[in-house]
Amino acid sequence: MTSIVPQEQSSESKKNLSTEEHEDFRLFGLIAFLIADGMTFAGFFAAYLTFKAVNPIGPDAIYELELPLPTLNTVLLLLSSFTFHRAGKFLEKDEAKQCQRWLLITGVLGVAFLISQMFEYFTLPFGLTDNLFASTFYALTGFHGLHVTLGSIMIMIIWWQTRIQHGRVNKENKFPFEAVELYWHFVDGIWVVLFIILYLL
Amino acid sequence: MTISLEPRNSPPERLQPTGWLKYLSFSLDHKVIGLQYLVCGFLFYLIGGSLAGAIRVELTSPLSDFMPREVYNQVLTLHGTIMIFLWIVPVVNGAFGNYLIPFYVGARDMAFPRLNAVAFWLIPPSGLMLITSYFINGAAQSGWTAYPPLSITTPAAGQIIWILSVLLLGGSSIFGGINFIATILKLRRPGLKLMQLPMYCWAMLGTSILVVLSTPVLAGTLILLSFDIVANTGFFNPSLGGNVIVYQHLFWFYSHPAVYIMVLPAFGLVSEILPIHSRKPLFGYTTMVFSIMGIVVLGLVVWAHHMFTSGTPPWMRLFFTIATAFIAVPTGIKFFNWVATLWGGKIALNGAMLFSCGFIINFVLGGITGVALAQVPFDVHVHDTYFVVAHFHYIVYGGSVFVIFSSIYHWFPKFTGKMLNENIGRLHFILTFIGFNLCFAPQHWLGLNGMPRRVAEYDPQFQLINQISSLGALLMALSTLPFLWNIFQSLLYGEEAGDNPWNALTPEWLTSSPPPVENWEGEAPLVLEPYGYGRRDSIETQEQKK
Repeated sequence: MTSIVPQEQSSESKKNLSTEEHEDFRLFGLIAFLIADGMTFAGFFAAYLTFKAVNPIGPDAIYELELPLPTLNTVLLLLSSFTFHRAGKFLEKDEAKQCQRWLLITGVLGVAFLISQMFEYFTLPFGLTDNLFASTFYALTGFHGLHVTLGSIMIMIIWWQTRIQHGRVNKENKFPFEAVELYWHFVDGIWVVLFIILYLL
Repeated sequence: MTISLEPRNSPPERLQPTGWLKYLSFSLDHKVIGLQYLVCGFLFYLIGGSLAGAIRVELTSPLSDFMPREVYNQVLTLHGTIMIFLWIVPVVNGAFGNYLIPFYVGARDMAFPRLNAVAFWLIPPSGLMLITSYFINGAAQSGWTAYPPLSITTPAAGQIIWILSVLLLGGSSIFGGINFIATILKLRRPGLKLMQLPMYCWAMLGTSILVVLSTPVLAGTLILLSFDIVANTGFFNPSLGGNVIVYQHLFWFYSHPAVYIMVLPAFGLVSEILPIHSRKPLFGYTTMVFSIMGIVVLGLVVWAHHMFTSGTPPWMRLFFTIATAFIAVPTGIKFFNWVATLWGGKIALNGAMLFSCGFIINFVLGGITGVALAQVPFDVHVHDTYFVVAHFHYIVYGGSVFVIFSSIYHWFPKFTGKMLNENIGRLHFILTFIGFNLCFAPQHWLGLNGMPRRVAEYDPQFQLINQISSLGALLMALSTLPFLWNIFQSLLYGEEAGDNPWNALTPEWLTSSPPPVENWEGEAPLVLEPYGYGRRDSIETQEQKK
């Protein structure tokens, strides 16, 4: 792929030097950022696993987790990844109405995840400073929850911007859509790892 | 899919400040941003240098009579943090990277100009915040490593401000790294292959990979640390069941690569400067590329050699000793390549060349002590003594800072269109080189004899050597004066440089000095052999291609 205007077109590009045509690599930049973000999570996971291996928690401490709620959360997030993908298919076909519907479902699923997570926080028998496991649990799920919150807000913005009349996201300008979708899949992937490490191991 | 940077995206022209005011604006021009990084970094260098001066004054006597112990700890922490995060990292990456990389890849700007400006403008506020913390209840006292439980038990306000400041600087660094990776890999001029890029591009590519992979881990760690300080959690607090060693592992997973983040770009800059001033091609281009990438990979798996006295198990010590010793191989390859580049060349002993040669000498000394420190029995003996201080400063001052000065002498004509006075440059070099070695060489002896670092008071038997060291620090401080005089004198009355005063072949010299806003009038030149010196036709060929 070429990155700058080829030589033959140079006479045209001389007219306006500030117009430089190149391949759109904003998604490339986003991927690099998500790798960096993933490394933050990797640091947290490494810390958690080391704590688990090296620092046993006292026998009287409570750190048992219930499985049903987080399993529901996992299903919610995986479903939302699927619905986001559906929305993308409709954006591709230029069917804004359908696209908006599926985006709305995705956003609702994200918010449902957050509510369910809150509910879990309130029902858990331990607080942030109770023991090392509790602190790490809240730090990890909280940091992930922050990502879901940001993602849900961005999905709502995208949903608003795909409206037919004056929306700025459409088949021609779909970078914002793709960026949020990539981010959302990333957040889902992190949740799956987190679910396995925190709840199943 | 292609996008075009339409003029409608940029603010109307009348709102863009011109003249020197543009250096205080949210400019998107990579050259302006590069110089913003450079000047901002240098101002912080003067502050950090004054703090170093205060440390050396304190250490001329065995008692803490110049300042109280707490103040000494704060000064020490601020000195380390400012020099690393606000001077060396932003300047060797941000300043020269932003200025040079678009030229080298044949682009008109960086891949993400707006992100670039954001990355720069995160630096001044976080630096000011860090320094201001001294006046609010005192700055952080736990050194630039902020090891818990020390960082949890010292006053919280300063430590939290320190964490916030380092988080912002880390963010700036990550944004910069993403930008460099995208620029080098994606924005290259058609027809320019990766293996034809000037060496500095490779150094910046490697550095940016390290930045993107390791800086976020530091950010996560510092977030956990701030929870320990503010929310009373116990991640790193042993009395609450936490584990301090985990902090050390996570911290050094960033902070060992950070040394390469400070020194790899310096390697790249030296590789640009040496061929031009000795009129020879860079020796061993391919091996240089592979050794940079080798250092990147190995640099990620050697962090625990900072923790040999932290109760690391024997297998871990063995692994990290061997991995660390292996880094000497690619580094040695680079060293011999530089010497071979100089060998038989037409060497011009100007400021740029002298500082580069000073770098090679100092860096070898620092490298040798580095390999020595990687050996567990020796490390256990000198851990946390002045030997480590000497080693570290030979790498970051004798290495990176010498290269920064060398690069300023080399690229000042391009930055400003004026030549620097070479005689004052030589005086600057002699003062810096003597002062630096006088300051840090005796510290090896201090460390071997057991003087601990980071303590305001010491055994009276070390007084004489400490005074010699402080004398060297005074010389280093004085050496800044001819440099500043040279800069201002040349800016005002300097000789006109012309487009290409060094007869160089790298692309940034094939445009006017200072370069126009979009780097080139017309098409970017295609430079396929940036190091083709010593061949009669080389300059002419480049002119034709241009």
